[in-house]
Amino acid sequence: MSSQQTPIVEMRNIHKRFGAVQALRGVDLELYPGEILGLVGDNAAGKSTLMKVLSGAYLPNEGDILLHGQPAHIANPEDSRRLGIEMVYQDFALCNNLDVAANVFLGREVVRWRLGSLRWMNKRTMEQRARTMLDRLRIDISSVRLRVENLSGGQRQAVAIGRAIAFDAKVIIMDEPTAALSVAAIDKVLDLISSLREHGASIIIISHRLEDIFRIGDRVAVLRQGRKVADRPVAGDIHEFREQVVAYMVGARDDYGSENDGENGAVRSPSPVNA
Amino acid sequence: MHERIAAAKPASRAANGAGWRRLIGIQELGILAIFLLWCTFLSLTTTTFLTPTNVFNMLRAFSWIAIAAFGECLVILTAGIDLSVGSNMALSGLGAALLLTWGAPVWLAVLGGMLVGTLVGLVNGLLVTRFQLPAFIATLGMMSIARGITYGATGGWPVRGLPKEFNRLGQYDLPVGEWGVPVPVLVMLVLAVFTSIFLGRTTNGRHIYAVGGNEEAARVSGINNRRLKLLVYTACGFFAAAGGILMTARLGVAAPTAADGYELDIIAAVVIGGVSLFGGEGTILGVLIGAALMQTIRTGLNLLGFPTYWQPAAIGAVIIFAIMFDRWQKGRSIQA
Repeated sequence: MSSQQTPIVEMRNIHKRFGAVQALRGVDLELYPGEILGLVGDNAAGKSTLMKVLSGAYLPNEGDILLHGQPAHIANPEDSRRLGIEMVYQDFALCNNLDVAANVFLGREVVRWRLGSLRWMNKRTMEQRARTMLDRLRIDISSVRLRVENLSGGQRQAVAIGRAIAFDAKVIIMDEPTAALSVAAIDKVLDLISSLREHGASIIIISHRLEDIFRIGDRVAVLRQGRKVADRPVAGDIHEFREQVVAYMVGARDDYGSENDGENGAVRSPSPVNA
Repeated sequence: MHERIAAAKPASRAANGAGWRRLIGIQELGILAIFLLWCTFLSLTTTTFLTPTNVFNMLRAFSWIAIAAFGECLVILTAGIDLSVGSNMALSGLGAALLLTWGAPVWLAVLGGMLVGTLVGLVNGLLVTRFQLPAFIATLGMMSIARGITYGATGGWPVRGLPKEFNRLGQYDLPVGEWGVPVPVLVMLVLAVFTSIFLGRTTNGRHIYAVGGNEEAARVSGINNRRLKLLVYTACGFFAAAGGILMTARLGVAAPTAADGYELDIIAAVVIGGVSLFGGEGTILGVLIGAALMQTIRTGLNLLGFPTYWQPAAIGAVIIFAIMFDRWQKGRSIQA
């Protein structure tokens, strides 16, 4: 069903080199409307690099990005933001010394009037909109005037995510959204991420926590040494899922592209196959 | 790393805490309390402290320190530092004085002096942003360069005989009701209001706090950190120039040794006023109180007959005590 739709994001044959290091060696990735895609891989597999290409932090050496089927030119983070792509960083990227409303609108303040480069902020409007956003996403923060340093880890992550959705992002990229959280907070954040779908967002989650992806993801893509080695729907039971994904991550299984789904693919010898 | 349990900190409690802190005026409270206590003490123990003459003398005496401290505050809010403010005050004042001796009208001399100071600030900013020098090193170098120029340009001799119209900028008292308010004090108050509004109400002001709070977060939020830092160092130069020109006009002479060591008084006023050296915390109101406290301590020790040679030691001790008290008070209000 979803495969017949136009992907909201389509990355084609992305290559990225850093000096002699080939970080990405021709990766294809699609994201469909309303989908939660898990992006996994071992350290240095290229998942963060791929997402930084999409968010405009890196320019690819080769490859194309299409949004809604149209070629998109993303040269810097501002470009990607303007096209509705938001990144939620691993360390939340919030200013602890500012309040919730200030963080939500940081860099995109609502301006009442301007005189040259002096821009007079409309604080009340920002506070009201931040409040509306928190309520809409059912984020439990009592006041938008609370400084972020007084929030719990889960609340901070919620603010970071809410920030992205506040500007009607179509695509939200999350880098390890649950890595720094307690068990109780993880639950809430995962619920929040699931609920973003209802607000029309498509989401890519980079995560080491396969159980998170299993719980809220629709599809998982596995990167290994700069290549995509698996791309499949999230299905089955958690143990089977984890076993298969880990097999692709470590290179014990490497059959992507050889057969349709890889469900009956062969398990190779554990020695990594290197190009 | 930052493992926290969301449930352990109910939002309602945190909100109450915020409301309470808001009520007591957060940062400036501790330092304001010390300031008021000290003033009350001096009013009760001396007959001369709380007289209009003395009050306006004190206000005038710290006005240029406070003005320069506003600029320093902007820099420190971004977690930077400017050590060249003292030298810059002397250099800007000298610039204006030299222009006057060459026959320039007062407005041109003031403009020229402001330009000199602002330019010094701009160079500081470029060294920090474009050449990526640590602010401490860049402005330490600039401190020496600016001071060296004042000596070099004058051969070590003070520039005297400045026209009366210029000196009035520092010496004239504007009648307000029954009082005569010194011009530098008015300039200080006007600049304090403008800078406060700039920091609290404009996007640039908020971004200054953001850069000081989390530079990386500010960057990924689309804030141009470099442009902002360039702005604060340039502004710091501008404020130092304003302070330096008023000081020169008050003294009626531009000495190459003027404002020697002022950078430490200025930084002390900023820090006593509750501005964090780590950036992102503090207000102009706090800086104003910090500068006022420094001055009342000086004056107070004189009035109390404290031996002059021992005063620096007493002032240093008071600085340390004031900041310790402030920390203690803040820590308490956060836990409350």
